[in-house]
Amino acid sequence: MAAADRVNGWLRKVPAWPLYVLGAVPPLWLFWLGAADRLGVDPVKAVEHRLGLWGLWLLIAVLCITPLRRYAGVNLLKYRRAIGLLAFFYILLHLAAWLVLDMGLLLGQALGDIAKRPYITIGMAALVLMVPLALTSNNLSVRRLGAAGWRRLHLLTYPAALLGALHFAVQTKTWQARPLTYLAIVVALLALRLAWTRAALPLLQRRSGA
Amino acid sequence: MKTRFRPDLGWSDVTPRAMFMNRRRFVASGLTAAAAFAAGPAAAKLDARPSRYSVAEEPNSLEDITTYNNYYEFGTGKGDPAAAAGGLTTSPWTVTMDGLVDRPGDYAVGDLIAGLPLEERIYRFRCVEAWSMVVPWIGLELAGVLNRVGVQPGAKYVAFETLLRPEEMPGQRAPILDWPYREGLRIDEAMHPLTILATGLYGEDLPNQNGAPIRLVVPWKYGFKSIKAIVRITLVADQPVTTWSTMAPHEYGFYANVNPEVDHPRWSQASERRIGSGLFGGRQETLMFNGYGEHVAGLYAGMDLAKFY
Repeated sequence: MAAADRVNGWLRKVPAWPLYVLGAVPPLWLFWLGAADRLGVDPVKAVEHRLGLWGLWLLIAVLCITPLRRYAGVNLLKYRRAIGLLAFFYILLHLAAWLVLDMGLLLGQALGDIAKRPYITIGMAALVLMVPLALTSNNLSVRRLGAAGWRRLHLLTYPAALLGALHFAVQTKTWQARPLTYLAIVVALLALRLAWTRAALPLLQRRSGA
Repeated sequence: MKTRFRPDLGWSDVTPRAMFMNRRRFVASGLTAAAAFAAGPAAAKLDARPSRYSVAEEPNSLEDITTYNNYYEFGTGKGDPAAAAGGLTTSPWTVTMDGLVDRPGDYAVGDLIAGLPLEERIYRFRCVEAWSMVVPWIGLELAGVLNRVGVQPGAKYVAFETLLRPEEMPGQRAPILDWPYREGLRIDEAMHPLTILATGLYGEDLPNQNGAPIRLVVPWKYGFKSIKAIVRITLVADQPVTTWSTMAPHEYGFYANVNPEVDHPRWSQASERRIGSGLFGGRQETLMFNGYGEHVAGLYAGMDLAKFY
């Protein structure tokens, strides 16, 4: 895979930190557009939905990194932490947009909705699952938890992505193509993991049996 | 009820055209705005008199009302109707009046409403999705049309049907809903003076994306009851089948009265967001019967509104 090697060669020269700077631009831009009344008739939904959608895109991007390496030989592993953290921050902003702009800080009603409305409950659960991931996305935590423990904890990415996509799919009045497409993409990316584990299982069993 | 009615509302109270055209940079959003205007027939001022039923709240801008629509016949996105409804042929337009009426038949829409007084009704409009607007409709009381065709004593309900024309209504090419869209009212609701057939908006003919050429407006019910582009009105003895209540009966009832105490299973109906109030507009409390309780609460005396939602 000469092409992949060449790409990997370029990537070695590109550090991960600019992603944090670049990642801050879209939400700021979006918020500015909204405040300047340039997001159409319903700026609240525009800000809220776009932040959620971008967060889901980033989660999907995180889940694509390992398959890209396995099937295309392109190694984006050093960007995974930045993309994952950006996903968390986007979704945190999505929650903030809902609480402040959409719910107008009616905390009682918001808490009631989190408990009573399945699609909001699902979304909150996804965000809660991402909190330990965000908190341990640093080198110190990797050392403290040990590589195996850290990796086990970060399997939470899978349910978080699945719940996030589900949160999008179940809130429309009718089943709609776009959210269902994202859900299908997430399910497919998770199914890949399942297939890899299955394939690796006999090997592991043989090893432990020896 | 805190509603204040002002019997003296007139054209001077409506946001001037220049102002609502400017409100969101008409030129910047030229494409959508152009579509909005292309959608309606040539602008003709409608001669409508003010109504005592108008509310004393500032109406939403024409842009708000014509670019933020739920009209699944043209797509499920709020902007889809403004983009796609321009191709709908609204003239000629025939409304079939049938069922338990004395003079059934296919009526040209112009004949059906000819001579009946057009009024401007500035109504609150509350969507089941928990957003709201204030809309300066031009229309006539449905009761006038029903009386014109003669309601027979056995008629207990009115069934309405939207046009089915997938070649001009692209949303109908997919089975999103069970087309054509159907709605219904109890006869006393249909005969209530607040219930109108709207043919205009902001003093001009109704834009296509708002349900041209003729739509129902029932201001104390969630917006989905106010069926658009009506081609059939049938007087019947039994409660008719309605689209949303058939599709998701636990979420949408036949009555669908605005009620802050009865939540939609997936979201609260206690408060609403007023469209047009900007990024920091927040929420306002939803009013029982959308604020029209003093006129309509009597229709439901003794009914359990949590059961008949």
